[in-house]
Amino acid sequence: MDLALRHTKGDFDLDLSAEISGSGVTAIMGPNGAGKSTLLRLIAGFETPAQGHIRFGNATWFDGEDGTYLKPWQRPVGMVFQGDSLFAHLDVAGNLAFADTRAKRRDNALTLSGVIEALDLDPLLKQSPATLSGGERQRVALGRALLTRPDWLLLDEPLTALDRDRRENTLPYLREALRSFGIPALLVSHSLDDVAELADEVLVLSNGRKQSHGPVDTILARYDVETADGRRGSSSLISARVIRHDTNRQLTHLEIDGQRLDMPLMDDVGVGEALRLRIRARDVALALKRPEGTSIRNILAVTIADIETENGLPFGHVVLRLGETHIRARLTRASIQDLGLKPGQNVFALIRSVSFDR
Amino acid sequence: MIELAPIGLSLALAGVTTLVLLLIGTPLAWWLSQTRSRFKPAIEAITALPLVLPPTVLGFYLLIALSPNAAIGQFWLTLTGDTLTFSFTGLVVASVIYSLPFMVQPLQAAFERVGRMPMEAAASLRAKPLDAFLTIVLPLSSRGFLVASVLTFAHTIGEFGVVLMVGGNIPGRTQVISIAVFEHVESLEYAQAHILAAGLLVFSFVTLLAVYTANRRLAPHVG
Repeated sequence: MDLALRHTKGDFDLDLSAEISGSGVTAIMGPNGAGKSTLLRLIAGFETPAQGHIRFGNATWFDGEDGTYLKPWQRPVGMVFQGDSLFAHLDVAGNLAFADTRAKRRDNALTLSGVIEALDLDPLLKQSPATLSGGERQRVALGRALLTRPDWLLLDEPLTALDRDRRENTLPYLREALRSFGIPALLVSHSLDDVAELADEVLVLSNGRKQSHGPVDTILARYDVETADGRRGSSSLISARVIRHDTNRQLTHLEIDGQRLDMPLMDDVGVGEALRLRIRARDVALALKRPEGTSIRNILAVTIADIETENGLPFGHVVLRLGETHIRARLTRASIQDLGLKPGQNVFALIRSVSFDR
Repeated sequence: MIELAPIGLSLALAGVTTLVLLLIGTPLAWWLSQTRSRFKPAIEAITALPLVLPPTVLGFYLLIALSPNAAIGQFWLTLTGDTLTFSFTGLVVASVIYSLPFMVQPLQAAFERVGRMPMEAAASLRAKPLDAFLTIVLPLSSRGFLVASVLTFAHTIGEFGVVLMVGGNIPGRTQVISIAVFEHVESLEYAQAHILAAGLLVFSFVTLLAVYTANRRLAPHVG
């Protein structure tokens, strides 16, 4: 999708161009007020940009030059809104049928029964939206959006309103639906966990401008992505392979470039399979010698590739190399100075916590 | 002895007025609930005028506008061969204007309570605006329609001043219940006045009771 947009709303203005990948999930991140939701509303057609264009394939949805403007109902997008958007006077089946009967085209890979099965909606069909939990509502909303047979999915913080348990129950459905139906998606999120698990690319916005845009592992590793709650959390995505399950001690051993990582047992992942792990920079500490007598199990021998510090900030980042993999560590500048860290130096990374993304 | 002519006339007038106002008031209320136009306050004020104007003032202007000497009245006369003043049609025109806020205000409140989200969701599901309005907004604001229709109907039944100014007091043609009561009192026929007055009182109470029971959350402006 080819975007070039200028839009003013009150004292907020948005000005950006981007080429969004037509496959996979692109996450839109940035602090509150960066223009994430506005960007989605412009693409959906609920707001009209002052200038620019929105093109997808051969179709132009908006062009400020020649006045082309497709109305929201003419754009081949399916939208999942941040809040509750289900129609309260229809049951779940009625909500799904509303989209199904109005879809402009049929798609053998995407049928009503297929969507109901993929999102496990069968037990809910006769229920009224008012009786559903937040997670169930978002599953229905996703199913309804899919049944428009969209060329694009626009997901506006679909998991944000959910508490932690509901989120963890809903996320796998979202991930499976995105994967199995293969519809490209734009996902507005300020959860680093959601982005790490779902996204292939990340577009970072700040004050209505594009701050960065690239593959998820690069962006999450390279940039201090500021989340909507102001939390900064850069992290690294690394690939590891399962080598053994230790059911006695309830651990799974992973291998990463010849070294071992332990995680809580995940015996549903087969031995030999690759996992995508996410390690937050603030969960990594450094030691000059391999520490002994510590409770931290995951200690990796690494080489310092780069040190990034900035005057005026208490923290700096140390980029560590482990074979082809880079891991970021967030340390105080004082620690970096006191330990005398320099690029090329061999050190040990102590990893306090690892989360994974299948 | 119950007089049927004024009762029939009042019911017919209220019924036709309610139907006409459903057709006119729904788009107007929808526009008011959605617009960001700077003319919105002016249109809202004009819509609410019948709430505060004395019925005689409204009736006076309507009498002038509908008379065969004025453009509207003359047009109607050449079109149908009948005058708008002192006719049932004239009463409908006057009642539609007089009862406009009773239709528009509850509908506007109902539409505003539905909010933008369902329309946007429907649009994202390929529904055109009229489709979305009929299949989503209408059912979601059904209680607003009930309240607006009942209030409009009841308020039209209760009209006096405007009807007297525009329609006069012609039995079987423009003499509605409220005017028949007035006529009986003037002629000191208290027995007949009692029957019609008590009937109207009971009818009005039952109607309002039904409205407030149906929708406690919506406090209609009865004025």
